[in-house]
Amino acid sequence: MTTSVPQAAALGMTLVSVGEAKGCMAVPWREDLVGDPDTGVIAGGVVTSLLDHTCGLAISAAAKGQMFGTATLDLRIDYMRPAAPRAGVTAEAHCYKLTRSVAFVRAQAWDADPADPIATVQAAFMMSPRSA
Amino acid sequence: MSEADHAKLGAFLQRAPYVRFLGMRAELAGDEMTAILPFSPHLVGNTTIPALHGGVIGGFLEMTALAQLWVTQGSGKLAKTIDVTIEYLRPGRAMTTYARADLRTVGRRVANVHVEAWQEARSHPVAALRGHFLLAGD
Repeated sequence: MTTSVPQAAALGMTLVSVGEAKGCMAVPWREDLVGDPDTGVIAGGVVTSLLDHTCGLAISAAAKGQMFGTATLDLRIDYMRPAAPRAGVTAEAHCYKLTRSVAFVRAQAWDADPADPIATVQAAFMMSPRSA
Repeated sequence: MSEADHAKLGAFLQRAPYVRFLGMRAELAGDEMTAILPFSPHLVGNTTIPALHGGVIGGFLEMTALAQLWVTQGSGKLAKTIDVTIEYLRPGRAMTTYARADLRTVGRRVANVHVEAWQEARSHPVAALRGHFLLAGD
């Protein structure tokens, strides 16, 4: 799921872990992903891609191997604080409710300590059967 | 928009590595800024359709808001994103995406910005963003 998706590969996204309706992924810091050269902090858009993607991973975990497609309905991101300069970002998502048509997901992202997040997320996704 | 605004926009597009990573450009016509995201394979999130990654669309919308604030505020410092809600309306297809930002309110400390992105027709938006931004200097 990480390397087969061009955007995930371009960001250098790595799989950290998969659990019960949960997924965890990371993006290491890279010079070309910086949003503000004055601070050297990774761009918000990178965090958005990581969070969206990690939500998808949590949904796969919740769906327990069923084939499906997801389309993001909405994604709300609250930024608690900027990431530290030259720091990578890790995200964990939990699909806390999965119906036949909709997945509800919460996620958070941090740079060093999960207890001190840089961003929290609430998102909803449409589920569709995949004709692969 | 003046020559100075064109210079400010050019500076914004040049300075952020992530803007170059996306391949984002922007144009000013009068007082309207249009951000442009040409299609590139590394932006794809779903190879079956194929469609742009939701995070790419979100990042592009956020950068459009920050660019508009940068040009309008002219402080030479980037605003900080407080929160964003991104609504996905249609799949972002493998083609050029455009976006425009509407500064709904710009206060002393915080701005409320709406951004809409479209591809073939502006009347058929692919995504929208509503967000709050902490203005530079606070």
